[in-house]
Amino acid sequence: MAMGDATLRSRLSQSAPWRRWSGLLFVAPYLLLFAAMLILPLIIGLRLSTTRSDLFGVKAEVGLENYARLFSDPVFLKAVGNTFYFVALTVPALTIIGLALALVLNNASRWSAVLRAVFFASTVLSVTVVTLIWRLVLIPDGGLAAVIARLFGQAPIAFLSDPVLAMPAIALTTIWWGIGLPMVLFLAALQQVPRDLYEAAALDNASRPRILFSITLPAIRRTIALVVIIEIILQFQLFGQAQLMTGGGPNNSTRPVVLFIYEAGWKQWQLGYAAAAAQVLFAMIAIAAMAQYYVSSRKEPA
Amino acid sequence: MSGVLLAGVTKRFGDALIVDRLSLDIAAGEFVVFLGPSGCGKSTLLRMIAGLESVDEGEILIDGRRVDHLPPGARGVAMVFQHYALYPHMTIRKNLSFGLRNMGVPADEIDRRIDAATKSLEIEALLDRRPGQLSGGQRQRAAIARAIVKQPALFLFDEPLSNLDAALRGRTRIELAQLHQQLRTTMIFVTHDQVEAMTLADRIVVINDRRIEQIGTPMEIYRRPATQFVASFVGTPKINLLPVTVDRSGAAAQVRLGDGTVLETAVSSVSLPGEADMTLGLRPERIRIAPLERGDTRGEARVVERLGERTLVHVRLADGAMLVAEDRGDSDVQAGQAVGLAMEGACAHLFARDGTAYHGVSA
Repeated sequence: MAMGDATLRSRLSQSAPWRRWSGLLFVAPYLLLFAAMLILPLIIGLRLSTTRSDLFGVKAEVGLENYARLFSDPVFLKAVGNTFYFVALTVPALTIIGLALALVLNNASRWSAVLRAVFFASTVLSVTVVTLIWRLVLIPDGGLAAVIARLFGQAPIAFLSDPVLAMPAIALTTIWWGIGLPMVLFLAALQQVPRDLYEAAALDNASRPRILFSITLPAIRRTIALVVIIEIILQFQLFGQAQLMTGGGPNNSTRPVVLFIYEAGWKQWQLGYAAAAAQVLFAMIAIAAMAQYYVSSRKEPA
Repeated sequence: MSGVLLAGVTKRFGDALIVDRLSLDIAAGEFVVFLGPSGCGKSTLLRMIAGLESVDEGEILIDGRRVDHLPPGARGVAMVFQHYALYPHMTIRKNLSFGLRNMGVPADEIDRRIDAATKSLEIEALLDRRPGQLSGGQRQRAAIARAIVKQPALFLFDEPLSNLDAALRGRTRIELAQLHQQLRTTMIFVTHDQVEAMTLADRIVVINDRRIEQIGTPMEIYRRPATQFVASFVGTPKINLLPVTVDRSGAAAQVRLGDGTVLETAVSSVSLPGEADMTLGLRPERIRIAPLERGDTRGEARVVERLGERTLVHVRLADGAMLVAEDRGDSDVQAGQAVGLAMEGACAHLFARDGTAYHGVSA
């Protein structure tokens, strides 16, 4: 029995097709999941975007008409602009503040352990709680911001109903909510930097800024690129904060693309139109992430 | 030229005492090796001299100037790290110039120094590569070059050869010795490898368990070890240690081994403490294989190691004690064979229970 088993196995492992395909067996579980949860929906979405559909099914094939409509829809174009504005407000801030916090808290003292937990704590809250907290801070009628404004003898500002200030207010909320992730990623990267590099730099008479720019930042540049890409992908998908804090207003000034998709699909039941908008968002994210990857990997010659 | 003076230097990590009131005077131009087992405090001591660890008590002076409160960069020392610690994202040229630029050395002077150092270490061709593109040996040279270009008052080496393979280690050892002859700069070298210590050092500082066991030239350390620890730490194969009873009736002490063999030592009886039971130390090269009937004692060869130029024979005595004896390279001793042993009692050391060593006049 054992003999036969062994011969079978050796014959199997010797046959060329088996050897070629046996590796596939190991990646199959992930591959199946990836195909079912990501590739398939992507294809269905693409297909849907060329139709006029509602929740009861496809009504008509319309080709690229949905896309043509999108690019002449002022609300959609405004939403695209808003989304880029929001990404520009949040991604650099999250990266720089996250890095600064990690640099300050990258030591073994008890205080930094406590503060790391404090700064990460906001990340575990749900978007509902976060927006509730910040609406309480920002409402002009008795909110924390209003109290502070009065202390300085200023009239309280209605952040969320001001078309200029509403988006920065949502960005501020998002940074407060999301700062934990970049901070933790940067902390992990900083702890990977070999200690003897810093010791060599100390013996090389390097000043603190010199050490930061010549040793630390180059050593964690991969993590910087990673954080920027992750945050680009995350922040392009702004939805909950805008929906809960402003509902897209005032005057569409805080309506992001995902909220546009949501409303087109689930409020106006234009599934084909919403799917087309989703493809545009997908392309935007993919291009932005790839551009960032290209720029950050080009800076470092192999 | 600068010497180094350590006075009562102490280091604690929390409650753990790492270095205990250690004092040492290193002359200008000397090559000193700190030798000891891992965890003995030798690396910590080196890092205290470099300024990478604070000094809890005591003083460190380099060239008569007190430095223990100065930051590492202001002490005029250069260090070669165990894992090289080259900056991975900089080319070798940038690695070498980094410290010099921080110190405000003019650009043409930097180029001149890099030229000279890389030429003498034969790494000019590697200047535009990054550390990741170099082999271990090349990285080692780059790390040494980075130390040389700084023209420091004092070189510190923290086990720099431990990551090299055996052949490269031997070669780099010789190159370091040549480097010291060329530069004549004071060097402190930390290692747990007694061969490195013996071959490189003007003086060896044997450190064990936070304290200095012995300071001396390599031959002093080898021939007149101050303690049983030094005797057993230095020398390959290890010194034979056998329990003996001591007879002090003559001018020189006589010892009786476990198997009844009586051996005449050269250790003066009056110098010995009152202990009847002591430990005899006799290096393998002082125990020769002899014809059965002519030896001081006999035993059974258990393992025969042929090293080419000599043969090491692990012998079991009648009382079960094991010792290592030496024979010619072309020895015909076989494992299992009974052999005679000729012991040079005049070269024997005696160790008291506290580890203190007693030597004969000629040993």
